[in-house]
Amino acid sequence: MDLKPDKKLDIHKILDNLENYRPKRRGWTWRKKKPMKLGPFEYMQASESLKRSIPLPSASHLGGIDPQPDSVVTAEIASGRFEDDIRRFRMAAYHGADHIMVIRTAGQSHFDGLLEGTPQGVGGIPITRKQLRAQRKALDYIEEEVGRPINYHSYVSGVAGPEIAVLFAEEGVNGAHQDPQYNVLYRNINMVRSFVDAAESKKVLAWADIAQIDGAHNANATARDAWKVMPELLVQHAINSVYSEKAGIKPENICLSSVPPAAPPSPDLKLNLPYAIALREFFDKYKIRAQMNTKYMDSSTREATVTHVLNLLISRLTSADIQSTITPDEGRNVPWHVYNIEALDTTKQAMMGMDDMMSMLGIKDKGYLYDKKREIQERAVLMMEEILELGGYFEAVEEGMFVDSGEYPERNDDGIHREIDGGIGANTVIKRDENYMAPVTAHFGYNNVEQYDPAAKEDPAKLIDGSTFEKPDKIQYIDELDETDNVYLRLEENEKYRNSNLVKPEVEWLGDGVVTVDLFFPVEKKIAAEAALETGRRMNLKDVEVIHTEILHPSEGTRIQIKGRVDFEIDIDELELPEEIETIPEEDIFTYVKEHPIHVIAGTGGDDEHSVGIREVLDIKHGGIEKYGFDYTYLGTSVPIEKFVDAAIEMDADCIMMSTIISHDETHYKNMRKLHDYAVEKGVRDKLILVAGGTQVTPEIARKNKMDQGFGRGTKGHHVASFIVDKHKEKKNHEN
Amino acid sequence: MKERKDDYQERRKHLENMSDEELKKYFYELAERIVDPLVEMGRNHTSKSIERSVLLRMGFSSIEAKEIVDKLAENDLLSKGAGHCVYRLSRDKEMEIRKAGLMLAEGEHIDYLQGVL
Repeated sequence: MDLKPDKKLDIHKILDNLENYRPKRRGWTWRKKKPMKLGPFEYMQASESLKRSIPLPSASHLGGIDPQPDSVVTAEIASGRFEDDIRRFRMAAYHGADHIMVIRTAGQSHFDGLLEGTPQGVGGIPITRKQLRAQRKALDYIEEEVGRPINYHSYVSGVAGPEIAVLFAEEGVNGAHQDPQYNVLYRNINMVRSFVDAAESKKVLAWADIAQIDGAHNANATARDAWKVMPELLVQHAINSVYSEKAGIKPENICLSSVPPAAPPSPDLKLNLPYAIALREFFDKYKIRAQMNTKYMDSSTREATVTHVLNLLISRLTSADIQSTITPDEGRNVPWHVYNIEALDTTKQAMMGMDDMMSMLGIKDKGYLYDKKREIQERAVLMMEEILELGGYFEAVEEGMFVDSGEYPERNDDGIHREIDGGIGANTVIKRDENYMAPVTAHFGYNNVEQYDPAAKEDPAKLIDGSTFEKPDKIQYIDELDETDNVYLRLEENEKYRNSNLVKPEVEWLGDGVVTVDLFFPVEKKIAAEAALETGRRMNLKDVEVIHTEILHPSEGTRIQIKGRVDFEIDIDELELPEEIETIPEEDIFTYVKEHPIHVIAGTGGDDEHSVGIREVLDIKHGGIEKYGFDYTYLGTSVPIEKFVDAAIEMDADCIMMSTIISHDETHYKNMRKLHDYAVEKGVRDKLILVAGGTQVTPEIARKNKMDQGFGRGTKGHHVASFIVDKHKEKKNHEN
Repeated sequence: MKERKDDYQERRKHLENMSDEELKKYFYELAERIVDPLVEMGRNHTSKSIERSVLLRMGFSSIEAKEIVDKLAENDLLSKGAGHCVYRLSRDKEMEIRKAGLMLAEGEHIDYLQGVL
């Protein structure tokens, strides 16, 4: 399937013949750092540009350049419906994501075995062979479209870790979270079982060249005071990293998930930078996956974005092999489409904005920064000493040593406490007998294959003529198990919105109908919230909910954001699309204007001081009409409407260009009408070409208000020049 | 862990004179000492999930793997390895790997394996 930018990805085609689909490659792909020149600029910490992408909005002033950072950039996507997530993958890839992480549905880590089919999830998707295969297949196409390999990622945790790891290896998953400490501390899965299983999982990940991310960042999302858990984070990273290496994962595939633990209003950099340096110094042979802070996130998307930019500053001051992105709406809901994209754009914007920063700055190796860094490291060392004194890792967990709110060695007796024979899966590991054997590839630990064939010692799967890793055709594919909960039923339900003429607003699922409304009420918070809900209901929204409240002043006013659902759909065949102003070749304009000099009177009309827009359409510097040889007289801002016409008569001009920005009370359209009426009154309307422009102007309504043409947002000199020349020709022909 | 005031300054005395490099080296020595017994445990133990993951690699579906492993666990055969049981049955009775596994899931030939393994 060859994806075209102007064609939607067909989910039916992804699902077709899935049982025979094989991923096209295996293993993780890093970006290659590649200094480059783009437009007038040199970038140092950049990587290969994309074949197709959406640049930052401001790139429209800079020739559309879209520099990509050198770090792999993550988007975490999981709305509960994998078929909708696939569309978001594609949007994310266009905005620079090359690491797509799918969150698992709530409860999967306690499921003893693999799930199959495509049931809907909650807060994530059920990870099954079919969903993995469909998403990997979609990404195989999407990566061709954007021209960069995309890493696909999910989680190997819970009580079925080894099976999930095998599934990932078979289905071409490229990255995975794997950290037995996560099971133990946050999922209450038995510690012995978790570590035994982890060794097998890691060995499989190693075979598949999957990059592994650990789970240490969860400690600071869980701890009462996140910044106090820093020494312990180093300990957790060390336990998983060393364990992983011993299970066979190469150091460059071992990634430490590191979050700057603190966030404003705490002094962000002062707490986070020494920690970031302490970590990178100790773990320099591994990779850093820079996660963003989620601990101190509320419903303000603006606040979250600023925190995340500070996190990106830490990444640029130190390093980030994988730069994670957290959506600014994560504090209020499962991330919506647009916020995934905002998070990606924030990351690209900040990282390329801070390009090559450390060639101008240095990290001080004396004073507070050094002392604090060293202190964090020493505290971590002391914690490990005590773990050993207690008898080892299990004993330390039994003591409740981890995720205590005190900064080690301080203890507050509030750590997470687990028993060695407690938790889910307690007492379920089995000692291998002397003749224990497993005839497969990537099996960890004692494996007495020699009892059958000494030659098979290095290749146990030889006994069975190859395992699924060598012979993927041996994989048993299960399509669906639940007739009442699967992708086909969901697709049927909203099929009328797929590739049809009907659309509905959407935040995460096709046709979900969800909209947000941003409101301000000049009253206190409680009343504002009720007023907002009532406003939503009167706007005919269903299921109205407040999603964000911000006090501007205790009595003067409150900002409220609500969401709700609309229950109508739009028939796009019935829409009148705004016309596109046709342009004529620049050369033809030059020639015409040279032969027929055209004089334009221009200015901003009425009580309106905005001049940026019209200057851009006029000045040669901005590619305005002056460039084509037009002669113009600029009257300035706040020009009385009559003055345009009087000046045109006095100077025998051919055209009036009025800029009108203020749209309050329809001022812009009233000004147009007035301009026309006055020109009629003075008897020059037929002679003059009248055009109006401004950010709120639409061509149709400008014409309804008697202008010859209107120009809205995004207008360039070329558009206006083309129109004036055409109209001038038409008038001349008419005269003749 | 019992409440305790921050005694970092006292505890750190033996670290004070270490260089940054020495401290890092010591950090990894401790890490290895914590991790080694865990790795050893992993080496000599297995679990239902590990055994099911072996069967997946041998060409069984998740559902089949679960049935086989449950049956072998009931009959105290998991310590031999689920893949081992399937392989041995297939070899001795000259049947395809998949057929051997599916028979075990049905509880057939368990006695035979208990005798020979």
